[in-house]
Amino acid sequence: MQPAPYSFPGGIHPETHKALTREAAIAPAPLPAQLFVPLQEKGRAPGRIVVRAGERVLKGQKLAEPADALGAAMHAPTSGEVRAIAPHPLAQADGGEGLCAHIVPDGKEEWTPHAPFDLQSATHEAALRHLRDSGIVGLGGAAFPSHIKLGDGHQIHTLVLNGAECEPWITCDERLMREQATAILRGAQILAQLAGAAEIRVGIEDNKPEALAAMEVASAGQANVQVFSVPTRYPAGGEKQLIESLTGIRIPAGRYGPQYGVQCFNVGTAHAVARAIDHGEPLISRVVTLTGAVRRPANVEALIGTPIADLLALAEPENNVTRTLLGGPMMGVALPNLAAPLPKHGNCLIAASDALFPPRPAPSPCIRCTACAQACPQRLQPFELYWFAHARAFDKLARYRLFDCIECGACAWVCPANLPLVDYYRFAKDAIRTQERERRAADSARERFEWRSFRLAREKEEKAARLKARAAETLSQMNNEGAPPDAGSADKQALIAAAVARAAAQKAAAETPPPPTEEPPQP
Amino acid sequence: MSTTHSPYAHGPASVRATMFRVLAALVPALAVLVWYSQGAILLPLVLSSAACLALEAVCLKLRARPWRNDGSALLTAWLLTLCLPVVTPWWLVLTTALIAIVFAKHLYGGLGQNPFNPAMAAFCVAIVAAPGIMAQHLPPHAMSTLEQIRIILGLDAREVLDGIASATPLNALSNALHHDDTHAADFADTLATPLALICAYALGGLWLVRARIIDWRTPLVFLATLFLLATLPWWIAPARYPSPLFHLLHPSTMLAAFFILTDPVTGCTTARGKCLLAACAALIVWLIRSHGAYPDGIAFSVLLMNFCAPFIDLHTQPKAFGHER
Amino acid sequence: MGIVLATLVVVSLAALLGGALGLAAVIFRVEGDPLVERIDAILPQTQCGQCGFPGCKAYASAIAEGRAEINLCPPGGEAGVRALADLLGREFKPLAGDGADKPKTIAHIDEQQCIGCTLCIQACPVDAIAGAAKQLHAVVPQLCTGCELCMSPCPVECIHMQAVPAARPWPYPVFALKQENA
Repeated sequence: MQPAPYSFPGGIHPETHKALTREAAIAPAPLPAQLFVPLQEKGRAPGRIVVRAGERVLKGQKLAEPADALGAAMHAPTSGEVRAIAPHPLAQADGGEGLCAHIVPDGKEEWTPHAPFDLQSATHEAALRHLRDSGIVGLGGAAFPSHIKLGDGHQIHTLVLNGAECEPWITCDERLMREQATAILRGAQILAQLAGAAEIRVGIEDNKPEALAAMEVASAGQANVQVFSVPTRYPAGGEKQLIESLTGIRIPAGRYGPQYGVQCFNVGTAHAVARAIDHGEPLISRVVTLTGAVRRPANVEALIGTPIADLLALAEPENNVTRTLLGGPMMGVALPNLAAPLPKHGNCLIAASDALFPPRPAPSPCIRCTACAQACPQRLQPFELYWFAHARAFDKLARYRLFDCIECGACAWVCPANLPLVDYYRFAKDAIRTQERERRAADSARERFEWRSFRLAREKEEKAARLKARAAETLSQMNNEGAPPDAGSADKQALIAAAVARAAAQKAAAETPPPPTEEPPQP
Repeated sequence: MSTTHSPYAHGPASVRATMFRVLAALVPALAVLVWYSQGAILLPLVLSSAACLALEAVCLKLRARPWRNDGSALLTAWLLTLCLPVVTPWWLVLTTALIAIVFAKHLYGGLGQNPFNPAMAAFCVAIVAAPGIMAQHLPPHAMSTLEQIRIILGLDAREVLDGIASATPLNALSNALHHDDTHAADFADTLATPLALICAYALGGLWLVRARIIDWRTPLVFLATLFLLATLPWWIAPARYPSPLFHLLHPSTMLAAFFILTDPVTGCTTARGKCLLAACAALIVWLIRSHGAYPDGIAFSVLLMNFCAPFIDLHTQPKAFGHER
Repeated sequence: MGIVLATLVVVSLAALLGGALGLAAVIFRVEGDPLVERIDAILPQTQCGQCGFPGCKAYASAIAEGRAEINLCPPGGEAGVRALADLLGREFKPLAGDGADKPKTIAHIDEQQCIGCTLCIQACPVDAIAGAAKQLHAVVPQLCTGCELCMSPCPVECIHMQAVPAARPWPYPVFALKQENA
């Protein structure tokens, strides 16, 4: 174990409240009466559903195939009957609905046939496909499919394993590291092999000495693994921040780790990878911290799709709970509907009372004290961003690097004026993205309209030219047949002849049903 | 449906706490001035504070903004009191309060929106409008409490106070310079410098730096630049220019370094900007003190740099994380 | 003498500066009429003709030449009028007509009723309908601007406008800086 060689700018020191659950060993959550397995990750299209309502599914059986490149499969977390595949509230701030498989467990926990994956003889593509089919996504919060992050197996030299867990209250990663260090490192070795990374760097905040020790012990004899202790400072576990702390590499917005030879995975993800490869088990459960104003704070291993209310009931919330947070207090969301199921990225449930989370006092004007700029881990100027977002000056926001903001909330935490800074950034980002989308649509419509106008004009010209040619032909026929009319009216004669010919043709056409034509109406 | 979004936790900071800590940092200096003036300064202090708070309340009411008790009006009042001579007549105290709170602050949009430091704007108006009164800085213990109060309340008919109120060191120096007094520098050195006041300012200021309420760069760069700027001319022509120590050991220098230039609303926000602003302010102070018609250049320098702050900010933006520019 | 000299100096200065300005106008002359382009960039490009001009470009040139008001474009909505008012330095006016911002819709062809007559294809200003004679037609939803020009030519009235599920925008954070009862 050694201190992290680099550091990142800014950061804050909120109270961690981790003592509540850090000694609570991971216990399996009881089987819920029903499950609502979300068939899409947050913000993505639902996958191709491969089961029907009424069908009996086995534990680990695939429910949905990934719909596009950015998807991962979804599986039945236990055996039972699929009652319905219907929209159900999801664990999101807006309370939106999404397609979920409503499963009533039969309590038999009957596994679908599964076997360890032979990593040594498999090709790179086959291994990535296995991860995708096992539904492996990032368990740290972004729920980004892991097989995509691994790349082609050539670009990445260093794999960063994220055990920092910098958000207050959460201890699920800490417990996992203390209890499953060997499996986590096994998963990390698999990921490193698939990524082609020669080196694994584990980053853990120094307020978790037991987890650091456990990982250190487990990594003994693995020459390519180094365990680093990172100073406890939120957001040390932010992907970009941890990568900088451990490797010194700074990744700007719009770029990805592989372009810089580094990629970051959460310890929970590594553990899930080990299960998927060594046991062939898809991702159907995860560790969740249950904490806040509860009588029995705990860390439980819960099935994906367990209703939040069922999970929360295990911890016995106090009566003064006003809302429930999914994730930590800095970046989590308040859930409007507790019927929503546990998603794959759901690392923590906090029963929030007004005593623990006092309502935000009324904001007052910004005094440009720059406390936010000093706290910003992305080295932005949050007060300037606030100013421009407040004024809806979207063009300025790009210059002040709004899209580098990781929405960690450090600026709003330190703000003496209590301004909801992050809300302004989310608003501005959303508005800018919408604007950009509309501008692209308008540009495409303009291009198509101009092309069509050009095409119509060209067709008109061509028609005129064709007509003229035909008139000339008629004229020469008439010349051949009989007395030449006087030269001055030759053109006129030709036109008349052409008109007659056209009328005859039209008449003939009218007798048969009107042949639809793709050509534009004649002027 | 929930209308609030993350983060759900908030740190201990608040505007009020910040302002009151700055006020607390001014207490030592005020205590020294109470001692110097034998308590007389309490009268303008109370007068100014009451006027500023009342005007703030009226302005907020008229602008339909809630009364927040954020301490910003009180801070303006205290800074004004510290800048004005103790024996400033009551009507000028009230006028400066009016200019600071109404014209320099609320007409520009209130707290956080004012481009100029309210106290300095009011001080500048006073120094331009009533230069005679503004020159009446008393040396420590020069006058009895009652006499000072009579002057403040306008009960003393004396127009000018020569004989009793000798000019400040800077006034004297300035006069001497303009009359080609070759002993100007010596003259300045021999004047008793109000050391206790300077120490009080520095003490409060350093506490604010330590509490991370003000940035260390501003006072450091300001004082260092002033020192360097003053050193070279003094070294070449010691008879013509005052010593750098004279510049540094002037109370208004310390006040500006720790309490005026560090005003977040009207200053620069980037680290490089803060350094540049402080350095330019020092240059202007030195120029006005050495060559200008006014005895002290702090207020004008601060206002001029308030002008430039947005421009400096614009051109000193730091690079965002991982970006080349 | 002095007056003559002064006059001469001023006149020659004026001539010099005037010449420089004239030269600059020639050297830095802007080709084409960028104003029309800039107005066109604001218009939503639905090409619907609701403004009374055949297409957005025609409306843009009409505005640039002062032949048309800036509030004739319903698909652009109030935001569009505001952007035009900003660009042209004109006063903002509420939208002509009923003036309400309508939700975005796209055309949908009923597959059961379509007879494959191609009339809608000819009417579509942005070539967003695919199909051939006596073949089923279909609207390409990504390309449809919702101009409704295809609806009236359809002999069997099989084209309907369908609302696009509105993306829920992140709300503008609102908090009371003013007092409630002020």
